[in-house]
Amino acid sequence: MTAAPLLSLTDAATVAAALAPSRAPTRARTQAAARFPTAVSLRCRRARPLTAAAATGGSPSSAAFHGECYVVGDNIDTDQIIPAEHLTLVPSKPDEYRKLGSFAFVGLPTAAYPIPFVVPGEESSRYAVIIGGANFGCGSSREHAPVALGAAGARAVVAEGYARIFFRNSVATGEVYPLELADSGASKECKTGDVVTVDLDSSVLINHTSGKQYKLKPIGDAGPVIEAGGIFAYARKTGMIASKSA
Amino acid sequence: MASISAAAKASAAFAHKHELAAAAPTQQRQFASSRNRRARGGCVRAVATPAQAPRAPAATGSVKTPMTTTEKILARASERASLEPGENVWVDVDVLMTHDVCGPGTIGIFKQEFGDDAKVWDREKVVIIPDHYIFTSDERANRNVDILRDFCAEQKIKYFYDIKDLSDFRANPDYKGVCHIALAQEGHCRPGEVLLGTDSHTCNAGAFGQFATGIGNTDAGFVMGTGKALLKVPPTIRFVLDGEMPPFLLAKDLILQIIGEISVSGATYKSMEFVGSTVESLTMEERMTLCNMVIEAGGKNGVVPADATTFKYLEGKTSVEYEPVYSDAQARFVSDYRIDVSKLEPVVAKPHSPDNRALARECKDVKIDRVYIGSCTGGKTEDFLAAAKVFLASGGKVKVPTFLVPATQKVWMDVYGLTGITVPGSGGKTCLQIFEEAGCDTPASPNCGACLGGPRDTYARMNEPTVCVSTTNRNFPGRMGHKEGQIYLASPFTAAASALTGYVADPRDFLV
Repeated sequence: MTAAPLLSLTDAATVAAALAPSRAPTRARTQAAARFPTAVSLRCRRARPLTAAAATGGSPSSAAFHGECYVVGDNIDTDQIIPAEHLTLVPSKPDEYRKLGSFAFVGLPTAAYPIPFVVPGEESSRYAVIIGGANFGCGSSREHAPVALGAAGARAVVAEGYARIFFRNSVATGEVYPLELADSGASKECKTGDVVTVDLDSSVLINHTSGKQYKLKPIGDAGPVIEAGGIFAYARKTGMIASKSA
Repeated sequence: MASISAAAKASAAFAHKHELAAAAPTQQRQFASSRNRRARGGCVRAVATPAQAPRAPAATGSVKTPMTTTEKILARASERASLEPGENVWVDVDVLMTHDVCGPGTIGIFKQEFGDDAKVWDREKVVIIPDHYIFTSDERANRNVDILRDFCAEQKIKYFYDIKDLSDFRANPDYKGVCHIALAQEGHCRPGEVLLGTDSHTCNAGAFGQFATGIGNTDAGFVMGTGKALLKVPPTIRFVLDGEMPPFLLAKDLILQIIGEISVSGATYKSMEFVGSTVESLTMEERMTLCNMVIEAGGKNGVVPADATTFKYLEGKTSVEYEPVYSDAQARFVSDYRIDVSKLEPVVAKPHSPDNRALARECKDVKIDRVYIGSCTGGKTEDFLAAAKVFLASGGKVKVPTFLVPATQKVWMDVYGLTGITVPGSGGKTCLQIFEEAGCDTPASPNCGACLGGPRDTYARMNEPTVCVSTTNRNFPGRMGHKEGQIYLASPFTAAASALTGYVADPRDFLV
């Protein structure tokens, strides 16, 4: 395999851990370099919906997310993603990181979203891909929002558009891959539970249940940061800060 | 359909011109004078250097590439002669602010990435303000303040506004309260600088003509170690607000009007610059209200050009040299909005979105359960004075529980202290006396908690599915606690009027 240069031995260890059935709590943020797939790597803390090639560390041509989707509407704000009463949890502490995952999307109004993203009492979600409408992640700057989604097991968000800080936090942390739809419609046509594949290389969201496909926009300016593996890895790669030596 | 025509009328005061470059100054002037009844505010004083600027105009000198205020600040912070919107640049950060909700996570990342023995890049440029979840028995919330305290001691952080005695905030002279207002009151907001904070309402500080925006823990951890941030230069939308502000309007009405116009994503990735005669007439606190809520339109930052009002506010608050910058006359704006403020009416944002605008009087049949006056958006000294003005004018009692939470200790002293400010026209009464006579709840300790529905035991948190008129900033489902709660965002005038009637009310019922 053409392992990405940033994939260190410890990263490989996390990859291995992720392939084990247990939901390895990621060394949550100790591996800034190891959170995205494709050219680069994965945060890889979960067993489920990775393609094998991606999971083994980085063949760009096989980068995809596959699994059931969870569908939400427009303007889903960070209070709905992770209500503020749970912000006492500190994402950089592994046990609290997991707990954040258990509260992902708990702020969604129950009447509009009768199916919970995470079954109460569980730590993770069955849904690998979140499909949203416009302005996903608006509201506060809490990094707990992408962290909660990532900690619950989501790999990617596919939305018509993002609020700036949520997008930035997703990129900086590598918790979820924030992808933008080229056109509107997916969040109305897809249903929670549909089986989907997000294919990064052909920039397409495929809904296997309905048979429909949706084009994705290129990742844009965030690409180099994502390819590096997060803001710290990008800064080290470009010489902005010293490499992590010791 | 009176309501529809009323809405249409409000909209008519709001003109929008899409243009790639700024209109020529002469065109602006004609446009403005034709729209405004008032001669004084007739011309758009654009944004070139105001006469009052006391500092050398180095940054406003010969113009090779015309730039907006935001572009100029980011150019200077990245040591570039000029910048274009869309460029990604590493900028030097002047101040990094964090608080008890995002501070511990930021510190965690800082240590993981830079090492346990790492030092922050500048102990005088990291400002740490516990303010969110303070007066609670939640053990994890209390622990998070302890984490901040330990870190500040270890790093010898110069500006840490600590609180240890939770039983009486006044026993903690260092404790300030709501971070964005504390930043302003303690002199950390300065024209021309770059301020980043782990809170989306960091954009509040744009009122000082600085670049200020919210970031996440990971970016903040990076700034903490390096003093630098990778920022994308936003294009700027310009809002020209002209005309005399009617006495029943506050800056909150202006920003709710604007958000209603451009939507909750209308300024995503963009800067919002506020100019015009109305903006020039606003106090610093009102300018803060305007800039505070740009995030509710998706804005990256808000800017009000620094002027004599700014410099006066800063007197005695900071000894740091600062240098304001101003948009060039030929700077490019992605679009221009013009508002004749004299034609506007009091507005609210109905549940469940800050852009769900309606005239306050259109909602007069909405029965409410409570009123909340507080937060970075609506808990400043002038916000309480405004509410007191309505209570004073009415002479009546509130019909629903009315919760008052001053943003900071200084606001509390202004409003409730023994030497508190007297309310104009009251014959020497303080806000405290007026609020007591009106039957408001006893004012609480300064903090953010209820605005965002913090720990369950937070004072004035919405634990039941009630209807609240609030001077805060967001009304998405669950924002103040209960998922089925309904929040009407409003100005302090409108909030006080609503408290008096028990329905969403138009303050003109009391003020005119």
